[in-house]
Amino acid sequence: MRPLYPRARGDDESLLAMNALAHITTQQLGQQLLIGLINGAFYALLSLGLAVIFGMLSIVNFAHGAFFMVGAFCAVFMLKVLGLGYWWALVFAPLAVGLLGAVTERLFIRHIAGLDVLYGLLLTFGLALVMQGVFQSQFGSSAMSYPVPPALQGPLNLGFMILPIYRVWVVVFSAVVCLLVWLAIERTKIGALLRAATENPSLVRAFGVDVPSMITLTYAFGVALAALAGVLAAPILGVQPQMGANIIAVVFAVVVVGGMGSILGSVITGFTLGLLEGLTKVFYPEASNIVVFVIMAVVLLVRPAGLFGRAA
Amino acid sequence: MSEEAPAGKAILVASAILVAALIVAPFFAYPPFVMQALCFALFACAFNLLIGYVGLLSLGHAMFFGMGAYVCAHIAKAWGLPAEVALLGGAGVAATLGLLSGALAIRSVGIYFAMITVALSQLVYFFCVQAPFTHGEDGIQSVPTVSLIPGLDLTRPMVLYAYVCAIFLAAFFLVHRTVNSPFGELMKAIRDNEMRAVSLGYRAHQYKLAAFTLSAALAGLAGALKVLVEQNASLSDVDFSTSGGVVLMTLVGGMGTLFGPIVGALVVMGMQTYLAEYGQWVTVIQGIVFVAVVLLFRRGIVGELAHWGGWSL
Repeated sequence: MRPLYPRARGDDESLLAMNALAHITTQQLGQQLLIGLINGAFYALLSLGLAVIFGMLSIVNFAHGAFFMVGAFCAVFMLKVLGLGYWWALVFAPLAVGLLGAVTERLFIRHIAGLDVLYGLLLTFGLALVMQGVFQSQFGSSAMSYPVPPALQGPLNLGFMILPIYRVWVVVFSAVVCLLVWLAIERTKIGALLRAATENPSLVRAFGVDVPSMITLTYAFGVALAALAGVLAAPILGVQPQMGANIIAVVFAVVVVGGMGSILGSVITGFTLGLLEGLTKVFYPEASNIVVFVIMAVVLLVRPAGLFGRAA
Repeated sequence: MSEEAPAGKAILVASAILVAALIVAPFFAYPPFVMQALCFALFACAFNLLIGYVGLLSLGHAMFFGMGAYVCAHIAKAWGLPAEVALLGGAGVAATLGLLSGALAIRSVGIYFAMITVALSQLVYFFCVQAPFTHGEDGIQSVPTVSLIPGLDLTRPMVLYAYVCAIFLAAFFLVHRTVNSPFGELMKAIRDNEMRAVSLGYRAHQYKLAAFTLSAALAGLAGALKVLVEQNASLSDVDFSTSGGVVLMTLVGGMGTLFGPIVGALVVMGMQTYLAEYGQWVTVIQGIVFVAVVLLFRRGIVGELAHWGGWSL
């Protein structure tokens, strides 16, 4: 007699295999989504800084990627030269880069205020070349590794998947920083002054507020955020002079998608696009490098001013 | 008309100097270097058509240059077609790409436009990294150069030199004619006051798109011409440093001047070639030049010269 289900045993095996596959896929999916979120965290921190700077200075800071890179190198120097670890770097690298940013603003950017905005882009592009070139001639193009701090090493078991603690930390910490920055700008007195000075600098100046210093501090703060992202990225991406140049084009696309006008918009867009990039890596890896740009093109067709932006 | 005369005269004199320089150049400089500089000069002229005359800063022009190069190399090598077909093919594909990307980018102005071009060129870069016909990191090497014209042996250096010069001069003349045509006047009108041009009944978007497409086509031609000179197309033709390089050339030479991009290309290419031994410091020097030009002499070399002499160059 022919068995009713001749391949029952085989089915069982394939079911097992499928189960295993499903398990791996959940794990992989989780991993890739987390990597996507991490990239999203960097995009969010960087585009947040760009948005803050653009709001106050009306320039697109092309050197943003370079400051990101310098932040990561600061972490390496602090460890190798001063023996100061990750937690120190998390505080002092942004401070050092912020100081560098303040000097940059005073020395260079200040002098092109009032000119066509394109000159700001060109000037900061030149500054980015200088910074990148200096680091490249000193340290070559190969990536230096930076250790994950001991407190954040090891896996985190969520029950359904296992994730590296450090990566979870990056996502959570970046989200908190972005939220705090947004709150500071929208809900505090300094933030109110900043928004007022963005809107009408001469009037705010008439109230006795030192607007030029505010501009310097804003630029310093924006690039400090980039440096913070650089320190966070150092254990994951490795530290090399090109790291900023590689990420800046994506960040520009994020900014275009989100629209320059909105602080919160740039943060949300950053995380979302990172996530979508991670998803693409799972389902269609060939397109993972370009998905952000494709999304940008589609958004431009539908909403030329960006998702959260006001029409120019 | 009487005001036009001296302007035309200055351009005539400068053109004569240019042609004379091209004739004597191979006796003083290494011809491949001159030809390379000419390719980038054409590229810069194409770029200048946008920034100088329409006021649009494209930071992704390498996508047209690189695409032109790849398509030209592919046509000449994989399909074995003559150089003329390859050149036109490169320019044609670049023009199509320009039309498509322009349709997206032209809807925005200023920094948005610039950022969109950065992102789009990155898209094209990754396409070129992965597309099979570009051969990824290897690029397309040892591209044959065979002309349609019988008896024209492009493998002989001086013949190739004359050929490249002829194409360059023809393209340069096209740029000159475009800038000084009614269409060119409209481009400048849109640059100076787009709202006004629109209120006068001109469809500014269409003119901008036409200028963008023409600029892309010429940039593609420049890239294709580079393939004839170097016999290869590679990822560096399409990457961001090439986009940045053409901005620097135009800025140094003088935006919105006819001859500025040529002078700028010569200066920047000279820097890259003669400072090559300093490795990455060339990037630093380029950055410093960038900063210096933006802060100190925004008119560029030719722009300052024209301003000083009261000429139109």
